[in-house]
Amino acid sequence: MIVTSALTKRYGQVLAVDQVDLDVRAGDIYGFLGANGSGKTTTVRMLLGLVLATSGEVELLGRPMPRAAAEVLAHVGALVEGPAAYGHLSGRANLSLLDAAGRGGALRTRKRRISAVLEQVGLDSVGRRPVRAYSLGMRQRLGLAAALLRTPRLLVLDEPTNGLDPQGIREIRELMIELHKRGSTIFLSSHLLAEVEQLCTRVGVLDRGRLVLQDQLADLRAPTGRTVVRTPDLAAARALLDGRSQLQGDRLLVRGADAAALNAELVAAGVRVAELGPERRTLEEVVLAATDKAGTPGVDAAADRQRATRR
Amino acid sequence: MILVELRKLVRRPRTWVTIGLLDALPTLVAVLLAITDLGPSPGTGPAFLSAVLSDGSLFPLAALGIVLPLFLPVAVAVVAGEAIAGEAQGGTLRYLLVRPVGRTRLLVAKLVSVVGFVVLAVLVVAITGYVTGALLLGDQPVATSLTTSVSGSGLSQEEVWQRTGLAMGYVMLSMLGVASVALFFSTLTDTPLSAALGAMALLIASTLLLTLDAADVLAPYLPTRYWLAFVDLFRDPILWRDVIRGALQQGAYVLVFLGAAWANFTTKDITS
Repeated sequence: MIVTSALTKRYGQVLAVDQVDLDVRAGDIYGFLGANGSGKTTTVRMLLGLVLATSGEVELLGRPMPRAAAEVLAHVGALVEGPAAYGHLSGRANLSLLDAAGRGGALRTRKRRISAVLEQVGLDSVGRRPVRAYSLGMRQRLGLAAALLRTPRLLVLDEPTNGLDPQGIREIRELMIELHKRGSTIFLSSHLLAEVEQLCTRVGVLDRGRLVLQDQLADLRAPTGRTVVRTPDLAAARALLDGRSQLQGDRLLVRGADAAALNAELVAAGVRVAELGPERRTLEEVVLAATDKAGTPGVDAAADRQRATRR
Repeated sequence: MILVELRKLVRRPRTWVTIGLLDALPTLVAVLLAITDLGPSPGTGPAFLSAVLSDGSLFPLAALGIVLPLFLPVAVAVVAGEAIAGEAQGGTLRYLLVRPVGRTRLLVAKLVSVVGFVVLAVLVVAITGYVTGALLLGDQPVATSLTTSVSGSGLSQEEVWQRTGLAMGYVMLSMLGVASVALFFSTLTDTPLSAALGAMALLIASTLLLTLDAADVLAPYLPTRYWLAFVDLFRDPILWRDVIRGALQQGAYVLVFLGAAWANFTTKDITS
C-alpha cells in the first residue's frame, strides 16, 4: 500500500526526513508515531506528493509518487495537519465543491455520498450553518468526511482526533475500526501512544527524521519471557526464587515464561500469590527505548538496557 | 475544476462587494456631473470626462478611465493575489491537491477565474456607465447620430460601439498583465495580502517612474505606460501605435509572469 525506500527530505542544512523505509501493507492499521518535529508531517506530505522528496522513492498503491498522483490519489483519502474548508460555505457545499474539483466523483451519486459520509461522522444534523460557525471538533469531522467521500482504499490520517472530546475520540476510533473492517487500509499518524496502541496492527516510530522502529504491534508487545508476580509474602518469594527474580516496585520479575509452573512452585512452598502473569512491555516502553537509543540495532537489547538503567 | 473555480468566484460575497465598490466611484462622478454641470475643461481630468456632459453615451469609457489608474488594478491584484495564496492560507490548497487536482490544472482554473473576474468587472463598470450616462448625462449626439471623436471629427454611433468594444478588450488585456503578476506573487507566498501588495507595489513604482524624466529609458517597459492608450482608439483615424505597443507589452508581461508562476508552483513544496 505504502512503500518508501530511502526517502529523504533536506531543508538547507536540516535533514527533516532521513532514509526512511516505510512498509505499510494492505489491511494494516499502521500507527506512525513520533514526537512533534520528528518529521512525521513532512513524511506524510511526501507520501501525498505535496512536498517533493530530496531523494528516495515513494510508492502508493503500487504506483510511483508523485508521478502517478492523478491516478493514485483518487483512491486515497487524506487528513493532513488539521482540517480546512471555506468558512463562508456550509459543510455540505464544501464537500460538494471538493468532490467536483477532481475526477472520480460522479455527479449522479454526489448528493447521496455526501449525505452518507456526513452521517458517518455525525454531522448530518448540522444543516446549512457555514463552516465558520463550526467548532474545532466539527471541522475535524468534516475533514474526515471529505477523506471518506469516495470510499478510499487507503486512508492517510494525520492526528485525526485532534481537538475532539473523549466522546468524539471514541466515535472516530469506532469509525476507523469500521472502515478497516470494510477493507480500507489506514495510515494513522499520531503522537498519542494510547490511541495507536488501541487501534493499530503495525507500528512505525520516527525519531529526528529516522525510522527507528517498524514492526507488528503484537510482536512488539509479545511476552518478554519473564513472569510478573505480586505477592504479600515478598521476602519468602525472593528467598525461594533467589537468582531468578528481580524486584521492581512491589512486583517480582521472574525469569521463565511458564507462569503455571511458577505458580505451582510458589504455592507448594507456601507463598501466597495475589497476581501472576507473563510480562509484556507497553508500547510506551518500546517507543521510549527505541527513540532513546535511536539508530542502535536491536530494539530489544536497547529496551533491556533501558530498563536496567531505570531500576 | 474550471467550473468549480468560477462557482467559487460568483458564490463569494467579496467578489460582488468589490465590483460594487468599483462601480460606486464612476456613478458618484456621474451624479455630481449631472447635478453641478461642471465638467473639467477639455484636455484635463480623466479621459472623456469633459465630453460626457454633452454626450452620455461616452460615459462607459469615462467610467473605465476613472477606475483604470487605481481602483481596477487594486481589485484585480487583490483577487489574483488571493488565487493560490488564499487557498494556502486557508489550508484548502493541500486538500485540493490531494483530491487530486493537478497543479497545472489548478493554476489554469485560477487564471480562468481571475480572467472571469476581470471581464465581469470591466463589463459591469461599462454597463453601469452606459446606464448612468444615458439616464443622467447629455444626449445631444444621439439626435445628430454623430459623436465627436477626440480629434474633433465625427464618429457614427456604430463606430462608437465598435471602438468601445475594442477599448474594453484593451483594458481587459491591461488588467490581465496585473493579474499575471499578482498570480505569480500568489504562488510565492502563503499570505494573499503580500501577493496583492507586491503587485500593487510594482504598479505604483511604474506610475511613479513614468513621471520621472530620468527614467525615460525604462518607460516602454513599465507596465502602466500604455494603459490609457485606449483613448487613442477614439481618434480619427485611430492612432494604433501605442495601442499595439501596449497590447504586445501586456502580452509579454502575461507570458513571462504566468510562465514564472507555473514554473514555481509546479515544483514547489506545499507546506501550508
